[in-house]
This record gives sequence, C-alpha cells and structure tokens, in this order.
Amino acid sequence: MLRLRQLAPLGLEPIDLTLDDGACLTVGGPSGSGKTIFLRAIADLDLNGGEAATASLVRSGVDASTWRSSVAYIPAESGWWADVVGPHMPEGDPRPLLESVGLDLSCLGWTVSRLSTGERQRLALVRALISNPDVLLLDEPTSALDAESTAQVEQLIKDRQARGATVVLVTHDVEQRLRFSGHHAHIEHGRLEFQDEEVAA
Amino acid sequence: MTYISLSVGDLAVGALLIVANGILSLGLGLKLERTLLISTFRMIVQLTLVGYVLTAVFELSSPFWTGTIAAVMIVFAGYEVSARQERRLVGVWSYGLGATAMMFSSTLVTVLALTTQIGPSPWYDPQYAIPLLGMVLGNSMTGIALGLNTLTSNLARDRIAIEAQLCLGASRWTACGPMLRAAIRTGMMPMINAMAAAGLVSLPGMMTGQIMAGVPPTEAVRYQILIMFLIVGATGLGVLMTVFGGLAYLTDTRHRLRLDRLKQSRMT
Repeated sequence: MLRLRQLAPLGLEPIDLTLDDGACLTVGGPSGSGKTIFLRAIADLDLNGGEAATASLVRSGVDASTWRSSVAYIPAESGWWADVVGPHMPEGDPRPLLESVGLDLSCLGWTVSRLSTGERQRLALVRALISNPDVLLLDEPTSALDAESTAQVEQLIKDRQARGATVVLVTHDVEQRLRFSGHHAHIEHGRLEFQDEEVAA
Repeated sequence: MTYISLSVGDLAVGALLIVANGILSLGLGLKLERTLLISTFRMIVQLTLVGYVLTAVFELSSPFWTGTIAAVMIVFAGYEVSARQERRLVGVWSYGLGATAMMFSSTLVTVLALTTQIGPSPWYDPQYAIPLLGMVLGNSMTGIALGLNTLTSNLARDRIAIEAQLCLGASRWTACGPMLRAAIRTGMMPMINAMAAAGLVSLPGMMTGQIMAGVPPTEAVRYQILIMFLIVGATGLGVLMTVFGGLAYLTDTRHRLRLDRLKQSRMT
C-alpha cells in the first residue's frame, strides 16, 4: 500500500493518494512536467512537504534508509559506483530475478562500463528488487529495451504486483500504460490529475 | 646576529628583472604587462604596509593587537579558500566553512607550539606568534582549498552513482565515503610531498631566511622540522573539519544529496 497526504514535490501542487496492495498507478505527462520529481519526492530524495506511508511504515517516523529500502525508486538513468556488476547487488540471491529478465549469474562479473544501456536498465531493476520492496517507483523502466526484454520486465513487475507490491509507473508509452490495468494520472502545469478520483483520497 | 641589510637601490636593481619580463611580454604579445605591473605594485605596497604594521605590533606586544592581526589573517585565508573553489557553497558557509576550520586548526596548533615547544615570554609575543600563524595558515589553506574543491567536484560528478546507493538504502556517509576519502587524501598530499622533498628539491623559505640572518644551519633545520610538524598537523585537522563539514552541509539528515546548496561551476 502507498498513501500520500499533501505530498508537495518542488513545483507541484500537493498530492493526496491511496493505492492498495498490488495496485498500479501509471503516470504520464509532457517532458519536464514533473513526473520524475514526483517519484523522487515519494522516495524522499529531494526536499518536499507532506507525508507518505506504506502499510507498515510512516515516512517521517523512520530513517531515510529504512524508507527507501521499502519504497524503491528506480530512476531512468541508473547509477554505478564499482567497476564490476557484482558489488552493486545487495545481500540476497539475485539469480531468480536475473533469470526473469534474461540474464544469468555470469553477469555479476561483467564490467559496468561495457554494459549496454538495456543491460544497465535491467540490472538496476534487479538490484532494487532483491530486498523485496513494498512499493516500486519506476521511471521509464523499459525505455532502452527491445520488445522481448520489455515483455520480460513488464512480467516481472506484474509478478511483484501479484505478490502485493504497489507500483507507480512513469511511462510515455500509451500501449504500456494500457497493459498495466489500474489507475492513471497525468501531470501538467504543476498539477497531478487522476483519471478516476477514487485513488485521490 | 649578522645579516646584510638591503637598500632601496638594491631593490631597484632587482626590479630590472620585472622590467625584463615586461619587455618580453610586449615583444611576444603575451598581454601580461598590465597584470605584471599591477601585481608588482600590489606586492610592494602590501609588503611595505605589513612591514610597518608588524613593527608597530611588535613594539606594542599587546594580546589585543596580536589577536586582531591573527583574526585579519584568518579572514583573508578564509576568503582565499572560497575564491579557489570551482563550485562554491551557497550562503554564509561558502566563506565560513574554510575560515572556521582554519580558525580552529591553525590557532590550536600555533598556540600549542607557542606554549609548549617554542615558549617565548609572554607566549603571545607577536614576533613569534604572527610569523608562526602565517606559515601554518598559508600552508594549511592550500590543503583545505584543495580538499573542499575535490569534495564538491566529485559529489557533483558522481551524483547519479551516489543517489543510486541512497535509493538502495545506503546512508549518506556510506554513499559519499569514497568522495570523502578522496577529498581528504587530495588535501593532505601537498604537505606530504613537501616533507618528502624538503632539503632535496626545495629549501624551505623559513629555514633559508634564518640561515641568511645568521642562525647556524642545524638550528634553522630544527625550527623548520617543527614548522613542518605544525603545518601537517594543522592541515590534517583543517582538511578533516572542512571536508566533513562540507559533506554534512551538502547532504542532510534525511540522507539526501543536497547539490542545491552548491553553486554552478564557474569554470568553463
């Protein structure tokens, strides 16, 4: 579950929102309208006002590390801090996740600078999912992927939904939006508007 | 002590070298002659004034005036550190961070040396206190400016990698640890290199000055070794304070990277 109370990302009007376990909100809008800022505010990566909560955590009541381990933001551009892939993976078994996006354990030895954009995108998703976060904040998760990898990543996200994860998905792709049945919101001119008002509570 | 006093005429002969450089600049179209002239005059005026100020302060030998001169020196050093930053901090810390760190580190080290090792009477005797503070400040300033510049450049450069770690639940200290260590290392390096090269590649200025003033070389060397210890101590402490303070300012307690507290790069 994800609940936002008067969440005020920089430059956006305050947002109220309740998403149940397993629900999905797709977010669209023109470039520069604040879709990324919205996700970053939920993850508490920028200064923002208001409150956010999951089923078990209230953001202001836990430290930022705990919050972000449970509310995983996966940015459009992934960051890497070691030379090879392995050290970027948190504790846990990455193998089932790697296999679900068409990779295997051998990729842990790969050099980061030689990864393709698509490989980076899939590996960034894998490393964020190892700790089984309750909420996924996905920023254009398939922007660099071919049709086959896109299908694999979408299936992985849907599997997580089926296991109770709440998903907020920023996407430009209308067809992708329709493949994720659920709620939709549109950001423009500093306002986030819901297509159906039932989540705006 | 025996030393040879310099007359104004002696200096005039030396100034011919500046003139020679000016002619070179004109001849080769380097366009340096104007800055060369201004810098030369600034140097002459500043040093002459300092000569008179120091003479007056030495005669007064009052803790108040010695403290005032020390404060002015720290203010200028803080300004220098800030001026050498490619990206400055926003607000009062742009200037205050380096100045505060130097105020603590340089004052602490200088007072320690005056009260326990050199021991003039009174301990704040400006003839010892001011040159000592000057050397400690001047050298630790370089390290502090370098350390802070390395920190801010690396944080700006590695923003995406740092935030990727924060997103996975790392603390700001873990995510920025490599940048923190690189900044401290860079800040310490010039003094470590200076110690290694001392006597072989370079003859430190203070030692050279004492020898020319008639102090036996072995005595002068002992002074220089102490000065090196003081400078390294002040640099280490100052760099540590500045870099940790800088990182604390450029992140926050919610473990966010706050590059909004950093101004845009001024260099192209």
